[in-house]
Amino acid sequence: MTAVQTYNQPTANGYFGQFGGRFVPETLIPVLDELIGELERAQQDEQFLAEYHRLLTDYVGRPTKLTLAERLTEHYGRAKIYLKREDLCHTGAHKINNAVGQILLARRMGKTRIIAETGAGQHGVATATVCARFGMECVIYMGEEDMERQRLNVDRMRLLGAEVRGVSSGSKTLKDATNEAIRDWVTNVENTFYIIGSVVGPHPYPMMTRFFHRVIGDETKRQILEREGRLPDVLLACVGGGSNAIGLFYPFLDDPVRIIGVEAAGFGVDSGKTAATMTKGSPGVLHGSLSYLLQDDGGQVELAHSISAGLDYPGVGPEHSYLHDSGRVEYRAVTDDEAMTAVSLVSSMEGIIPAIETAHAFAFLETLMPQTDPDELVVINCSGRGDKDMQTISEYFRDRVDAVAPPAQTTNKA
Amino acid sequence: MNIHSEHSRTRSARLSACFRPDRSDPVMSLFLTAGFPTLEDSLDLILGFEQNGADIIELGMPFSDPLADGPTIQFASQTAIRNGVTISWILDLVREVRKHSSIPIVLMGYLNPLLRYGADRMIRDAADAGVDGFILPDLPVGEMPSIRESIREHGMDLIQLVAPNTSAERMREIDRQSSGFVYCVSVTGVTGAREGEEVSKSVDRFIDRVIENVALNPKMIGFGIKNHENAMQVSKRVDGFIVGSALVEQIRATAMADGHANHAENGQPVADSVETKSSGDWKEELFRFVRHLKFGD
Ligand SMILES: Cc1ncc(COP(=O)(O)O)c(C=O)c1O
Repeated sequence: MTAVQTYNQPTANGYFGQFGGRFVPETLIPVLDELIGELERAQQDEQFLAEYHRLLTDYVGRPTKLTLAERLTEHYGRAKIYLKREDLCHTGAHKINNAVGQILLARRMGKTRIIAETGAGQHGVATATVCARFGMECVIYMGEEDMERQRLNVDRMRLLGAEVRGVSSGSKTLKDATNEAIRDWVTNVENTFYIIGSVVGPHPYPMMTRFFHRVIGDETKRQILEREGRLPDVLLACVGGGSNAIGLFYPFLDDPVRIIGVEAAGFGVDSGKTAATMTKGSPGVLHGSLSYLLQDDGGQVELAHSISAGLDYPGVGPEHSYLHDSGRVEYRAVTDDEAMTAVSLVSSMEGIIPAIETAHAFAFLETLMPQTDPDELVVINCSGRGDKDMQTISEYFRDRVDAVAPPAQTTNKA
Repeated sequence: MNIHSEHSRTRSARLSACFRPDRSDPVMSLFLTAGFPTLEDSLDLILGFEQNGADIIELGMPFSDPLADGPTIQFASQTAIRNGVTISWILDLVREVRKHSSIPIVLMGYLNPLLRYGADRMIRDAADAGVDGFILPDLPVGEMPSIRESIREHGMDLIQLVAPNTSAERMREIDRQSSGFVYCVSVTGVTGAREGEEVSKSVDRFIDRVIENVALNPKMIGFGIKNHENAMQVSKRVDGFIVGSALVEQIRATAMADGHANHAENGQPVADSVETKSSGDWKEELFRFVRHLKFGD
């Protein structure tokens, strides 16, 4: 048996400390009530859990590897760096763990139509994938700006049979895609299940999404104990809404492990063009829950900025706000430039092209590693692969001849 | 028409008077976004609406992310925010209205701007300005109960909503938690005008359930009402009706045709505001629309 758990969030009403809740129109309350009940039953239903885990094994490709990053470790000359390889999941990011779980719930509830929002397109692709796999109608909302910078993923979703609806309101990014998905949900509650892509939204979504991603941390714990015979000293993950981070962190919250979430600083936390919600935000309500939020003095939500579409969001999951205020998890921020430098470094040193989201976690090694000792262990959640970002990556390095270690040129001039 | 003995639960005297028991015509509540199409128009519109038949004004406090609203109110909200509307400005507007009128004013808006202003401060200042109640669509019964208590302590009402998919048990709970009136959202979905026979059929069934379960408060029905005939039909068995999107759309259309507001595409304001001179006739046309909503002639 495991040690006594002391971390016990959220409350029955969906609050992590003061954060969370269900700040949604009345129309959604019956749906959320039904979902809470169904989730509770499913979590105790061995058949449900067996099917979920079988899909994770046979379809997603779990357990994902825990890879020792030898050259990165050598490069920094301090603690050993391990990578939890969520980039090896089917579709290329951790997002599918949750999409698989939620679509099984949707099917249990007799829903026939699936909707989702997406920023980087990874959650959209994961949702479109499981919809194809289960033969369900699928509509994905995506900001027009994100459709541009993640064009490859738009094509993937369409090939998988999903309808991708461009969102042109507001910032044309993840925030507005989420508004539009919620509007669809309110309108079509009868037959529609909303698969939210992160640990955000009204209760029970943050708790449910955590449940479907905790496999990341559960596996990591087992793997590091097998490999090293002990727990890691530091866990590191990038934080957009916070799903890959919670997935890794959650099973370690009661352990003596230093835990760090890395947000996107964009042009810099004080530049006015940032997505560092926890560093620059204040508590507020967006998309159904109370959490840290980038907002102006009038309580209007501010536009976030990050080079990474998956982190370009002015909010964050309520559990992260709680973990921040309670001091259990440290939240730091790295800039666009620092993240892009890390993309280049990790690619050329480990032969792994990380997603730009993921690269934010790697970028923090610059600060973290000098604080560590050679006998310590660091685990980074390598949340996704960077294929989807090749267009942004190429453009970034083409524009910056002075950038560190540009990726190898493969242009063939005639 | 329902006969209420007395709504002792209603805190606002102005709202209570509006639903007096001997009243025979349906109560008409009109929604408009504060500061739309321009800051200067709001006072005129509110007073004009009252003169032309409005019984209650629902004053929309704009929010950047109105996730329960369709394109019409999204557009009005964005325009109002760009016009510089803030909570302080809205409270000043209410003070201004109060110099001329005692029409009940209910502030309607999303929670976040209110939280940012400070919920306690907001409630105190609103009471002081002459506000009668609040409708907060993203604050369902069960969340932040202290807000409701504080609103009532300050002599105002928190109007809660019921939807077509609300269970009987929850409708009764919402009725207990609500005061002023209960806002009956006639269709699932975002705000906006709707079409069709199917809607009115399901609305009938919804009203049956509302009448069965909402007994403590007056009942106002809204969402998708776009003309007098609609309004009369759906409000026959309740106390009155609410018109929002259809009115805001009318404001936009008449003001625009008059060169008073910006053109819009797909609910998106065009980048920069071009002030053209306006004859002011659009307001007369708008008031005719309001009169027709209420009286049908
Ligand atoms: C690879 C990858 N990592 C991280 C994220 C950020 O989301 P979250 O913070 O929920 O893990 C995304 C989102 O699209 C992603 O694609």
